[in-house]
Amino acid sequence: MSSHAKPGPIPEPVGEVLGQSVPKPDAREKVTGRAVYTDDLRVPGMLHGALLGSPHPHARILSYDTSRARALPGVRAVLTAEDLPPNDIGAVIKDQPLLARGKVRYAGEPVAAVAAVDLPTARRALELIDIRYEVLPAVFDAEEALRPDAPGIHAPRGTAHPNAASYIRLVEGEPDPAWAQCDVIIEDVYETPAQQHIYLEPCSTLAEVDPDSGKITLHTSTQTAFRVQAITAEALGVPMSRVRVLVPRVGGAFGGKVESTNQPITAALALAAGAPVRLTFSRTDDIRMMRSRHAARIHMRTGATRDGRILARQVRIHFDTGAYADDGPFVANIGSYFARGPYRIPHVDVECWCVYTNKLRAGAFRGFGNPQIHFASEVQVDRVAEAIGMDPIELRLRNALETGEKWLGGAPVESGTLRACLERAREVSDWHRRRERPPAAPGKRRGIGVAAVSHVSGLLGSSATVRLNEDGTVTVNTGAVDTGQGSDVALAQVAAGALGLSLEQLNFSRPDTDTSPYDWCSGGTRTTFTVGRVITQACEQVREQLFEHASAILQRPVRQLELRPGGFVGVRGEPGASVSFGAIAGRALYVEGGPIIASARYLFPAWQLDTRRTQVEGLPFMGNGFFVFAAQVAEVEVDELTGHVEVLEAWSVHDVGRAINPAATEGQVQGGFVQGLGYALTEELVWKDGHLVNPTMGGYKVPGVLDVPAAIHAVLLEHPFGPGPFGAKGIGEVGLVGVAPAICNAIRHATGANVRRIPATGERVLRALMAREEGGAKASDA
Amino acid sequence: MSDKVSVSLTINGAEHALTVAPERTLLDVLREDVRATGTRRGCDEGSCGACTVLVDGVPVLSCLSLAVTLPGRAITTIEGVRNGAELHPVQRALVLHGAVQCGFCMPGIVLSAKALLERNPSPTVEDVRQALGGNVCRCSGYTRVVEAIASLGGRP
Repeated sequence: MSSHAKPGPIPEPVGEVLGQSVPKPDAREKVTGRAVYTDDLRVPGMLHGALLGSPHPHARILSYDTSRARALPGVRAVLTAEDLPPNDIGAVIKDQPLLARGKVRYAGEPVAAVAAVDLPTARRALELIDIRYEVLPAVFDAEEALRPDAPGIHAPRGTAHPNAASYIRLVEGEPDPAWAQCDVIIEDVYETPAQQHIYLEPCSTLAEVDPDSGKITLHTSTQTAFRVQAITAEALGVPMSRVRVLVPRVGGAFGGKVESTNQPITAALALAAGAPVRLTFSRTDDIRMMRSRHAARIHMRTGATRDGRILARQVRIHFDTGAYADDGPFVANIGSYFARGPYRIPHVDVECWCVYTNKLRAGAFRGFGNPQIHFASEVQVDRVAEAIGMDPIELRLRNALETGEKWLGGAPVESGTLRACLERAREVSDWHRRRERPPAAPGKRRGIGVAAVSHVSGLLGSSATVRLNEDGTVTVNTGAVDTGQGSDVALAQVAAGALGLSLEQLNFSRPDTDTSPYDWCSGGTRTTFTVGRVITQACEQVREQLFEHASAILQRPVRQLELRPGGFVGVRGEPGASVSFGAIAGRALYVEGGPIIASARYLFPAWQLDTRRTQVEGLPFMGNGFFVFAAQVAEVEVDELTGHVEVLEAWSVHDVGRAINPAATEGQVQGGFVQGLGYALTEELVWKDGHLVNPTMGGYKVPGVLDVPAAIHAVLLEHPFGPGPFGAKGIGEVGLVGVAPAICNAIRHATGANVRRIPATGERVLRALMAREEGGAKASDA
Repeated sequence: MSDKVSVSLTINGAEHALTVAPERTLLDVLREDVRATGTRRGCDEGSCGACTVLVDGVPVLSCLSLAVTLPGRAITTIEGVRNGAELHPVQRALVLHGAVQCGFCMPGIVLSAKALLERNPSPTVEDVRQALGGNVCRCSGYTRVVEAIASLGGRP
C-alpha cells in the first residue's frame, strides 16, 4: 500500500461516538490525584539526580575536581563530560553535548551531574564540585552575534557570520520595482520575547538499567517516546534495541518536551551508579536548563494600493536560538514560510537568520516560529488598513488566499477557509458595533482588534496497529503521547467512528517503544490529524477482513455488507441479517484465516516548492503539512494612567474540518488563547549580562484566572477536507498564533499606541502612547 | 541538616506519626514520607497552587508550610476528597465539562473549589474566579474550569 495515498472522498463515521464531547478516559484519575506522573514513581534502591549549572554565559573549562563530591556519604555517581561518550545531539545540527564539554555556552548549562541517596545530598554534592573556568567574551544579541568580530560560540572567530545556525531567502515576483506602485508603505521593526512553556509538571525522568542485559528503561515526561529512545541511544552510544521508553501521564508540554529533555543524562547517571535514578527538575532548573520560544526581531515593510491590494512585502527576521540550535533552523523555516501571511502578495522578499547567542537554547514552542511572524505581519496589515482608511477585516478579506491559490513557494492551498473564519469572526464578535468603541470605564479606553491566522497541520511519520480481540472488542496501538491535549480520547473516537464501536469496546494503548508502532512526536498540530489518519487506514483494512468473514458466515457478497454500530456487520437493507464482531473473531481465531489485525503507516510528503516561481535558498524542512485557518478577535480596555491592558472578551474562530470531540477542541482553542495572552502581555524571560533575572514562576508571570476574560468564545467551523481522519484538521498550536497581534491591534484601536514589542507591559504601552502624543518623534522602543 | 523531630499529622482523618527534619515542607512530607503523591509540585515557591491542600478547611500552599507546625490540624489532600468510588461534585463537574487537560493543576483546583463551596454553596462566576486566583492552569485557559465549578452554584 502506498504511504502517500491521495485522500478519497471524506467518509462518514459509523455510529454516534465521533463528534460527541465524551469525557476523557484519564479525567477521573487526574481530578482524584490518582494519575501517575513521572515524579510519582519510586522503585527500590532509587537514587535522586541533580545537575550543576554553569555560572558563566561563555567560558572555557580548564579543569574539574569532583573528589570532594564523590567523597560525600550517600553520593553514588558524579559525572562530567570527561565521563561521557563524546556524542553530540541536536534535531538539526548536532552541536550539543549532554554536559558541557570544553566550554560552557550559556549560564545555567548543565556541566556536571550527581546521583545520591536523596535530593538534599545530591544538591550538597553539586556545591562540592570545583570547576575552573576561563571566562570568554560573550554575545547576547542575535544581530550583534552575526558580526564577523563577534565571539564565536561554536565556530572560530573571524568567519563571515561566526554564529549563523541557518540562513533562508525566499523571493517571489519583483519586489524592487513594485514599491513604486504602492500608495502606502508601512515599515517597522517588531520584537517578540523568549517565552517559556511553563508546563506545570517540570521535566522528569526515571532511568533503570537491567544489570544483566544492559537494557535501559526510561519512564519520562515527553511528547515523543521514539525520539527520546533514538537520542538516548545516540548520546550514550548504545543500540536502540537496548533502550525502552515508557510515558506516564504528562503534565503539559507545549513543545518544551520534544526531542530530549533530561532523559539521556539520567540514563547516564543510572549506568554510572548501577542503580535506578530519578531526576526531576526544580522549576528554576527547568526554566534555566531546558528551552524557550525563539526571541525574534523582525524588520518588515508592506506596501499597498489605496483600494486595498497588498502588492509588496520585504521581511528580514532574526531568530535568537541561544547557545544550541535545537529546533531553531526548523523554527526559522516556519517563520520564513509564513512571512507573506495568508495573503496573495505578488512581490515578496524574505530573509531569515537563525543565530547562536550565549543564552538558553530556543526550540519548539506551540506555533513554532509562526506567532513571531504573525505578530509582525498582522500588526502591519492593520496599519495598512488604517493608512488607507479601510476596515481591517475588509482589507484581510480582499487579500485572503482562496482554495487553489498558491502559498509562498508554490504549494496549493487546498481548503482555503480563511474567508469563512474572518466573516464568522466579524459576525460573532459584533465587530462593527464594537469598532465604534462603546463607552469604557472612567480612565480607560476601549478597542477591538483582529488577526487572521494560518498554520500547518501535520508532518512526518506515524503508524498504528488495530486488532480484533476474541470477544469482538478492538485494541488500538499507536505511539502517540497524550500530553493533556486529549489525543487519547480523540483517537479512540476516530477508531470508534471507523468501526462503529462504543468507547467501552475500544482499548487504546499507551506509548511504549517496546510494543507501540512508531510515531514521531505529539507536536506540529499533528497527533489527531496524522495518527488519526493511520488509525482510519488500519481500521479500513480490519473492516475488509471482517467483511470477508461476514460474507462467508452470512452467505452474501462483500459489496452488500455494512458496518453497524455496536460491533456488527450487517447486510444492507436486511435489518435482521447481521453477525457480531465477536462471532467473526471466533471464526478467525479458531476456524479460518487467523487473527484479525492490520497496521498502517503514513509519511507526509516533502516540501512542494516551485523553483520557477520562487527563488529559494536554504530551506531544509522536510514537509509543510496541510494549511489550516482561523480568525481571532480581542476586545480590550487600556488604563490611560498605567498602560495596563485588560482583555475583556475574545473570539477565536477555527476551521477544524470536523470536531471529533468538540469540548476537547474548544479546550485547545481556549488554552491556546490564554497562552497567547501571556505572550502578548506578561511573559518574557529577561537576561542581565547573560544571566536570567526571572527563572521562577514568581518572576515569570503566566496568566492566572483573574488575568483572562471570563468569555473566550471558541467557534468551530467544520469544513471537512484533506488527509486527516473524517476530514478533521489540526488545532493544537493554532489557538495561540494570532492572539498577540489581535490584542495589540485592539490596543492601537483603543489608544492609537502602536505597540511593536511584546509583551505589551504597561510601561511599553505608555511609551507607545507618549510616542504617539509627541508626534511619533520618539518612537524607538515601544 | 537539623535534628529530626517527631510530629503527628492528621491527614484525611488518619493519624500519621512521623519523624521529620524541621525544615521540611508539608509538600515534601506528603509526597515522600506519606506517599500521598496526588499533591503536585509545580514551582516550590507558592506561585502555582498545584500543591494546595486544606488545613482546617482553608486552602494552604503545602510547599510553603513546614510539616512540624501542623500537629493536630485537619489536613485534607486530594486523596481525601472523594467518597469511595464516588467523586466529589467538583470532581464530577470538572470531568463532565471537559475541563481537564494535563491534570497537573487539578488536585489544587479541586481543593480550592471545595473550600469555596463549603463557605459559599452557590458561588457566582466571579466568586469562582476569585477563589481560583492562586491556581495556575497552563492548558485550559480556565474557561471550562470556571464553568464547571460555577455550574454547581446555579448562579450566573
